[in-house]
Amino acid sequence: MAAGLARAQTPADPLATLVRDITGGAALTPGRVTIDTPRLADNGHSVPLKVSVDNPMTATNHVRSITLLSPRNPRPLIAKFVLGPHTGRAEISTRVRLNGTQVVLAISQLSDGSFWSGSAEVEVTESACLDAG
Amino acid sequence: MLARIQLPKTARRGEVISVRIAIQHPMETGFRFDVNGRAIAKNVINALSVRYNDAEIFRAEMGSGMAANPSLEFFTVARDSGELVFQWVDDAGRRGEERVQLAVTGP
Repeated sequence: MAAGLARAQTPADPLATLVRDITGGAALTPGRVTIDTPRLADNGHSVPLKVSVDNPMTATNHVRSITLLSPRNPRPLIAKFVLGPHTGRAEISTRVRLNGTQVVLAISQLSDGSFWSGSAEVEVTESACLDAG
Repeated sequence: MLARIQLPKTARRGEVISVRIAIQHPMETGFRFDVNGRAIAKNVINALSVRYNDAEIFRAEMGSGMAANPSLEFFTVARDSGELVFQWVDDAGRRGEERVQLAVTGP
């Protein structure tokens, strides 16, 4: 977590550029966002991942979007999910590809415009990108 | 494109229900080569939209970081009886659509 965010503050880092594209330069506060994923993934091709945001889902206060980033993948932007007050619960489960051991980052925008982040380290013993077959 | 959608047939009004979708698709990354050494073009489902009685309740913009045969679970509030429409498109422009009915009971 700390390592991921420290890296994100280095201007030349491509991850920092990507984070800035998402937040538009606004402050990114660690917290509220939880990534639930196995600590160890045997295979990077399909890693189960659940991301949730600790925030109510009402008309005036809700989660607007959740973006998933994998800094070590050739294309770090995994997906962006757009939610709204009618979503009821800010939680999404999916399966992702991971090119090796890395800290997966999730950035969430709330309806007040603020950005929150959470991360999880996943150790991958077989990368998704080595296997060309 | 084959897809499987799972959500309850009926729900109480105001209940938060789970919606799951899995679509059969290779989610080709563009980094692989075929047996002749030619690069296989990137082709992933890049957009999925879910509408509930014509209002969009969920949208996903996806890249090659999503696993093959993408699966997603999200939640929604059961408001009124009606139809959920799932629509998606891949990089090759192929589109898919599924429709599921939901009956909402209670005041």
